[in-house]
Amino acid sequence: MLELAIGIILGCCALGAGMAMIAGIGPGIGEGNAVAKACEAIGRQPESKGAVTSTMLFGCVIAETTGLYALVIAILLIFVAPGRLVDILMTTLGK
Amino acid sequence: MKPKNRRFMAVDILLLMLTILPIVAGITFKVLTTPLTEGIVISGARIYWTIPMPIQNLLITESQINSAIVIITVLGLCLYLTHGIRAGVVTKRQLLAEWIVEKVDGMIHENMGEYFAGFAPFVTAILALSGFSSLLSLFGLYAPTSDLNIVAGWAILVFILITYYKCKAGLWYYVKSFGEPVKVLAPMNLISEIATPFSMAFRHYGNILSGSIVAVLIGALLQSLSAKFLGWLPGFLGEIPFLQIGIPALLSVYFDVFGACLQAYIFAVLTMLYVSNGFPMDEYEKRKLRKLQKKKNVQH
Repeated sequence: MLELAIGIILGCCALGAGMAMIAGIGPGIGEGNAVAKACEAIGRQPESKGAVTSTMLFGCVIAETTGLYALVIAILLIFVAPGRLVDILMTTLGK
Repeated sequence: MKPKNRRFMAVDILLLMLTILPIVAGITFKVLTTPLTEGIVISGARIYWTIPMPIQNLLITESQINSAIVIITVLGLCLYLTHGIRAGVVTKRQLLAEWIVEKVDGMIHENMGEYFAGFAPFVTAILALSGFSSLLSLFGLYAPTSDLNIVAGWAILVFILITYYKCKAGLWYYVKSFGEPVKVLAPMNLISEIATPFSMAFRHYGNILSGSIVAVLIGALLQSLSAKFLGWLPGFLGEIPFLQIGIPALLSVYFDVFGACLQAYIFAVLTMLYVSNGFPMDEYEKRKLRKLQKKKNVQH
């Protein structure tokens, strides 16, 4: 029974981590749009390449934030959560 | 050679030692203390000592030691670059130091305006500390920026600065600014205010940590691939992971070098933008004028 419980904990942590990273879609689309527009702008005005590139990088990093939140949650779920949850299980079972 | 010149050289060598020796000491310390492990290991910073404290035990970890190494290295580098600096005499290192100062001054001028000209040393310190901390992974040491605690410390420091500059136009003005544009939105404004240090810390830490995890995973993948496809080679040749040679270095250029420099730049730019955007310039000047008038009235 204990093995089953631990197995469910580990499996659900992995599932949760995978599902958290669905959030990676958003920044992907957003950054793709930003880079596409930056390319258009550089194509129209090649002399403004430097300014456009630095602004685009800055915007990309801001857009990346939500993806990074998901990444932090996924990392916590994979590396931190299983140990803690198993510990909690053990203490509630009194072992 | 003149004795004065010789002394100059000796100080130079001492300063260079101050730059390089901490890194060598860090590598030696790591080699001596890290136990041998088989296969891939993804773990946080190693805990070296635990100092008992009333509320919570104080942990001395790898990331603290490595950030101390970075601080000493940056100090040594700064002293080396500015050693023997003179007006009118051009040397290579003087040009480099002047270039750094000019670049940061330009950045401050562009992003923050004239009032914040005194911010240049702070921003340079953030840039150097963040960049060199992330680049420390090139020496095989644990990058302090992939520990949330270190980056969260910087983010809290920046948050205190932001709040200080927002409070400069009066505490009541700062409290009132949460009720804009409508008073109903106050909780949302409060949340977005608190989210600032969180997002800064998570952005920096997440980028560096994900880079190092991906690097370790790809190393493991290449090891197993070379064991599968090149394992038939005779003798010890079959045990050498040939695919691991060179390919991880290409990834390292992106994850370690480019990512580290970009994140340091982003952290510095975000600091500048948050501080200068949060500072209510007009209100501050009005308040200053009011105070001056009050003083005059009292004197008359």
